[in-house]
Amino acid sequence: MLEVKNLHVSVGGRKILDGLNLTVKDGEVAAIMGPNGTGKSTLSYVIAGREDYEVEEGEVLLDGVNILEMDATERANAGVFLAFQYPLEIPGVATMTFLKAALNAQARARGQGELQTPDFMKKVREAAGKLGVGQDMLKRPLNVGFSGGEKKRMEILQMALLQPKIGILDETDSGLDIDALRIVADGVNALRAKDRSFLVITHYQRLLDYIKPDTVHVMAKGKIARTGGPELALELEKSGYAAFTGEAA
Amino acid sequence: MAAVKETVDRVKAIDVDAYKYGFVTDIESEKAPKGLNEDIVRFISAKKNEPEWLTEWRLDAFRRWLTMEEPTWARVDYPRIDYQDLYYYSAPKSMDDGPKSLDEVDPELLRTYEKLGIPLREQEILAGVQTSKVAVDAVFDSVSVATTFRAELAKAGVIFCPISEAVHSHPELVKKYLGSVVPVTDNYFATLNSAVFSDGSFVYIPPGVRCPMELSTYFRINERNTGQFERTLIIADAGSYVSYLEGCTAPQRDENQLHAAVVELVTHEDAEIKYSTVQNWYPGDAEGKGGIYNFVTKRGDCRGDRSKISWTQVETGSAITWKYPSCILRGEASRGEFYSIAISNGRQQVDSGTKMIHLGKNTTSRIISKGISAGKSNNTYRGQVSAHRKATGARNFTNCDSLLIGHDCGAHTVPYIESKNASAVFEHEATTSKISEDQLFYCTQRGLSEEEATALIVNGFVRDVLQQLPMEFAVEAQKLIAISLEGSVG
Repeated sequence: MLEVKNLHVSVGGRKILDGLNLTVKDGEVAAIMGPNGTGKSTLSYVIAGREDYEVEEGEVLLDGVNILEMDATERANAGVFLAFQYPLEIPGVATMTFLKAALNAQARARGQGELQTPDFMKKVREAAGKLGVGQDMLKRPLNVGFSGGEKKRMEILQMALLQPKIGILDETDSGLDIDALRIVADGVNALRAKDRSFLVITHYQRLLDYIKPDTVHVMAKGKIARTGGPELALELEKSGYAAFTGEAA
Repeated sequence: MAAVKETVDRVKAIDVDAYKYGFVTDIESEKAPKGLNEDIVRFISAKKNEPEWLTEWRLDAFRRWLTMEEPTWARVDYPRIDYQDLYYYSAPKSMDDGPKSLDEVDPELLRTYEKLGIPLREQEILAGVQTSKVAVDAVFDSVSVATTFRAELAKAGVIFCPISEAVHSHPELVKKYLGSVVPVTDNYFATLNSAVFSDGSFVYIPPGVRCPMELSTYFRINERNTGQFERTLIIADAGSYVSYLEGCTAPQRDENQLHAAVVELVTHEDAEIKYSTVQNWYPGDAEGKGGIYNFVTKRGDCRGDRSKISWTQVETGSAITWKYPSCILRGEASRGEFYSIAISNGRQQVDSGTKMIHLGKNTTSRIISKGISAGKSNNTYRGQVSAHRKATGARNFTNCDSLLIGHDCGAHTVPYIESKNASAVFEHEATTSKISEDQLFYCTQRGLSEEEATALIVNGFVRDVLQQLPMEFAVEAQKLIAISLEGSVG
């Protein structure tokens, strides 16, 4: 279970998160919606442990442990996964090499043995096949020259391999055509499990047609302005965010 | 990937500033008196029992050197070297009579090379896990202490021995080729080397022979205040091929040590030399105290048509590196290649690159240089590509990439391009990038530590060049890269 308690965050003296509270239960898919510039991405970065953010107050608890005291590596090993809005390119590092490095790093951190290469290859091919990620893509340098859709599928492939406790999807739908959106959503849905939760950050209702959320939170001005069920997303689609930003003010 | 992990484990296992090869061998040495004059030159020549022509050759060089000025055009900064305050010859005392076989080599020396991971006992290499055989010439301070697999090489007609020995056993070859690529008058450090060079390797591959194993020279500076001036000469006769590896280390000492080597390569028609270096001289400590001054002249002469010379270097050590392995493309359709990874950390200064001199028709060359700067270091690529007016159809492709780690280091690219033939086509690409916070965050978010992430990104950056190295060397180089970058993160 992920609990965000009274989180205050600023960047360069500018307040971004202003006393945000949020709870995502085990197995729950929570959507976070809201207008641009309201701090949605900041929330995902702060949970994942990106530096450059000043946490002034509050806690982020994963299964009761405050992860704000951990660095990004430790949080990843504790089961936090962030699917980036803009996945980074790592020139010269074959995707397969990167996947193995990540998987082995996490296995070591958890005191498990590293996978033997044949087992690892089998596992990757299986997961890649489901996401329509071809062999050639696995041989290419990570994300270099990938299309927007390929990059997003690669994020989901990594999530499938790393099996996190909480998967945060930061605007995963941006830049995807409808077919790619469906593949990505299917990938996420296949990972839904009793002991895994998701935080789906999106601007549009569209993604939520494919990844059905249990709860929907509207974020405005650095905090959660309203919480509801899936119907809240539909309501937003019709009326826009203006009412909520007003409400939050 | 295992290599990256292993690298990181090794990095963690060592203390900051712990240069792995920094130990000193406690061995009695015989040295020439300090300083440099004609008597010292004669002393060195006499020690090697050299013929008169060579003594005169050295003296000529010495007199020439006295009239020369130390070059200052490189982007490196160091206090004036007092050339009278150095020893120009040092040899382990036990070498005086010259060991006839490895059994007679001082066990302390064998242990030194064992510690360095350089096997000198053939039976151990044969019995060991090593998958491919490498013949090694081990040079300790001023003398060669052992050369392995000579008998087997001799069967193929390959000559591989210390140059001091080749002077006696193959005088006609030495006389013909010595100084024919890097003339005595070439430059300050090469001229100094010509006067006082002590030992180094000599290789001759006869026509049509593909050398049956990798040849390797391992250089070790041990003695205090001693310059190492080795001289390597490799000749690949028509249609032959050889791959040659060079490795170097030195003890960790507070004062700077001078290393001024000369390497000459000659390829005849259709011959090829592949020359790889992993240079890991002591770089000095984090504050820049101590370390090797590495002022080296390396040049290959593609004399024959369709011949090829390829330089691959991984430069991680030395306080100062001044080094431009070059190719003279004389033969028609001859080819020169230069692949380089130069890493600087701490206060290291690197000024390195290459020269491709296109003289013949349809000559081609390729330069791939990867510079990585970390800490407070400075890393300069300096390269020259020129086409003579007769070099019709000459082609060059140059790619220089620089990677910066942190905020206090510098990367510089200084290309010189000169074409006197309108049909020559020269291409130059250059990039400078930084390991971004975003890239590091992305990798750590997947569970990698910052050190692992940096090693991974850097290994990706240098991949094109690593692929050029022989297999065993590539693995070693990968580890070395991560160790060299230790402490550059955070």
